[in-house]
Amino acid sequence: MTAPGSLLVEVRDLVKHYPGERSWFGLGAPRAAVRAVDGVSFTIAPGRTLGLVGESGSGKTTVGRTMLRLQEPTSGKVLFEGNDVFGLDAARLRALRRKMQIVFQDPYSSLNPRMTVEETLREPLEIHRLNGAVSALLDEVGLDAAFAKRYPHELSGGQRQRVGIARALSVEPRFIVCDEPVSALDVSVQAQVLNLLADLQAKRRLTYLFIAHDLAVVRHIADDVAVMYLGKIVEHAPAAEIYAQPRHPYTTALLSAVPEPNPRASKQRIVLTGDMPSPAHPPPGCPFHPRCPHPKKSERCRTEPPPLRPITPGHLAACHYAEEPM
Amino acid sequence: MSVLLRVRDLKTYFVTEHGKGTARAVDDVSFDLYPGETLGIVGESGCGKTVTSLSILRLVPEPPGHILPGSLIEFEGRNLLALSAPELRAVRGNQIAMIFQEPMTSLNPVFTVGDQIAEAAIIHQHLSRRAARVRAIEMLRLVGIPDPDERVDDYPHQLSGGMRQRVMIAMALICHPKVLIADEPTTALDVTIQAQILELLDRLQHELGMAVLLITHDLGVVAGHADRVVVMYAGRVVETATTEALFEHPTHPYTEGLLAAVPRIDAPRARLHAIPGQVPAATAWPPGCRFHPRCPYAWEKCVAQEPPLLETRNEAGHTARCWLVTEPERRAPKR
Repeated sequence: MTAPGSLLVEVRDLVKHYPGERSWFGLGAPRAAVRAVDGVSFTIAPGRTLGLVGESGSGKTTVGRTMLRLQEPTSGKVLFEGNDVFGLDAARLRALRRKMQIVFQDPYSSLNPRMTVEETLREPLEIHRLNGAVSALLDEVGLDAAFAKRYPHELSGGQRQRVGIARALSVEPRFIVCDEPVSALDVSVQAQVLNLLADLQAKRRLTYLFIAHDLAVVRHIADDVAVMYLGKIVEHAPAAEIYAQPRHPYTTALLSAVPEPNPRASKQRIVLTGDMPSPAHPPPGCPFHPRCPHPKKSERCRTEPPPLRPITPGHLAACHYAEEPM
Repeated sequence: MSVLLRVRDLKTYFVTEHGKGTARAVDDVSFDLYPGETLGIVGESGCGKTVTSLSILRLVPEPPGHILPGSLIEFEGRNLLALSAPELRAVRGNQIAMIFQEPMTSLNPVFTVGDQIAEAAIIHQHLSRRAARVRAIEMLRLVGIPDPDERVDDYPHQLSGGMRQRVMIAMALICHPKVLIADEPTTALDVTIQAQILELLDRLQHELGMAVLLITHDLGVVAGHADRVVVMYAGRVVETATTEALFEHPTHPYTEGLLAAVPRIDAPRARLHAIPGQVPAATAWPPGCRFHPRCPYAWEKCVAQEPPLLETRNEAGHTARCWLVTEPERRAPKR
C-alpha cells in the first residue's frame, strides 16, 4: 500500500442508492432501492491510471460521477489532495472542480450543439478566470486551429471527442475521469484517442480514472485495474497481474469472453449463463454466485458475502476461493 | 459448391439534402455466399456494410436511396432486384431473414414476443394461430430462453437486452431460412452476453444448416466466427480472403492498419497503431484509391488510378484492391 501522503484521490466506502419509485402512480408501497454503488473503496496515486471495468449496470459510471459530486452520494467519503469533496460548500467545490474534470462517452450529446468549438472551450476559462489560448488547446489535442469556428455537427466522432478532451484540459486539471471515452468510436479512431490520452498524461502528469467495459482497451492505458459487479469491486490489482492471473471467476469469465482478433486462438471460452441480476434485488451471499462457473462454488457462496481481501500483496479479490482461481 | 446468394456490381446511392450531392454508400460491391458458411463483412462506420445488407432484402428507403440499374442480387438463381413486391415478401423473413443491432427498436413494444415470433409462421407457413404459438414456444426454447411457456406472453420491455436479442433470433429463424443476415448482432450487448449470443448463433447455424452473413466492425468477432471475410472501405470491397489468410497475411493497408489498431488483451501495454485521419464523406470519395490519403505506402499511381481487386499470391480467392499486389517492394513506409 502507498503512504497516505502520496495519494491524489482516495475513495472510502462510497455508497449511492437510488430510492425506489412508488408503484401505482406514487400511491403504493415504495419499491426496493437500487443499490448502484454499494461500498466502493480505492486510491489513485498521482500520475497513475486506474481502469474501472464492468458491464452495464455494474455502477462504474455512478462511481465516477459521484466522485466529482455531479451526483450526491448516499454515504462514504472522497478525498482529493486530502480535501473532503462531499464536505465542501459551493464556492470551494467550484474551485476544486478546476482540478477534477470529466470526459464523457458520447461526444454527440456532451457538446452544446449551438456553441462553436471556441465558445465551448472558452466557457470554462471564463468561469475560472483563466487566461488560456483556445488555439493552443486545439493544437494539443491534435486539431487544426480552423476547427475553432465550427459547430459540433460539422465534426466527426473522433474530432468531437478531441474537443471534449480539450474542454477538460482547458482548466489545467490534475485528475480526469474518462467515462468510456472511446467506446463510441471506430477502431482506427479509438487508437488515435487512446494514444492522445496517454501522451497528455505523460506531458501534463495527469491522473486518470478510466471507466470502460472493454478489458482490451483498459489494458493499453491502465496501471491498475478494478473490476465491478453489481455495485461492488470484486477484484483490484496491478494491470499486468490481473490479466496474467485473475483471481475472481467473474474477471476470468470477462477476460475469456473478449473476442480475440486471431482465428487460431483456441482458448477455452467460459460462457456465463444468465444476466446480471437487478441492482435493486442483489442476490444474498456473493452477488456473483447465481452465474458463477467456479467448480468449488458452495453453500457458503450463497449465504456469506465474500469481503474484498488481499490474496497476494496488492492483489485484492472478493471470492471465497480466490486462492484457487479457475 | 453452388452459390446461394450472389451479389454483383451492387450500387446503392443516396440523394442527400441541401444539394450536397449523391452519397455513393455502396459502390460496386460483389461477393458470393455459399450454403452453410459464415461470411463476415467488416468495416468501420460509413464504409457501406449496413447499406449492403439492407440492399439485399431491398430494405433501403426509397427515396432518398436507390439501387442502381446494373446491380444484381441473385438468390437461388433469381434476381431479387427484379421481383414484384409479393414475390419479394415470399423471400423476406422466409428464406432470407435478418437480425439487427438494436433489439429494442426492432421489436414492436405493443405486441407480446410470442405474437411477433409467430407472425412469420402464420404468414409464410400458413399455420393456425394456435399452431404458430406452439412453434413460437419451441423457438424460444431453442434460443435458450428459460420458462418459454411463460415468456411467450411477455412484452419486449420485460426482457433484458440479451433476451431480446434471443427473441429476435427466434423470430428470424422460425421459418428455417437458408440465409441469415446478422447486422452487428452483438454490438449493443455486454461482453458476457455477446459471448452467449455468438455461441447460440454458432449452434443454431450448425443445427439448421443455414448460411450467415455476419456484418460487424469487430475483427475479434470475425476471427472467431467467420469462414471467409470481405473487408469494406469507402463503399468498396478492398479485400476478400478466408479468415485464416486475412489475419495471417493482411494485404490491403487498410486491413493491416485496422488489425494493428485493435487493442489486444494478449499484448502488454503499448502504444497502439492508429490509422491517421478518418473515413471520408460518401459524397466525396477521394480520387484514385479511396484509401490513399490515409495510406502509409501511397505513391503517385494510387492517386491517379484506382486499383481493381487483384488476386494475391497467398492463396486462391484472396484478393486485395491495392497496387502493392503488383509492386510488393513498395511495402516499406516512407517517413
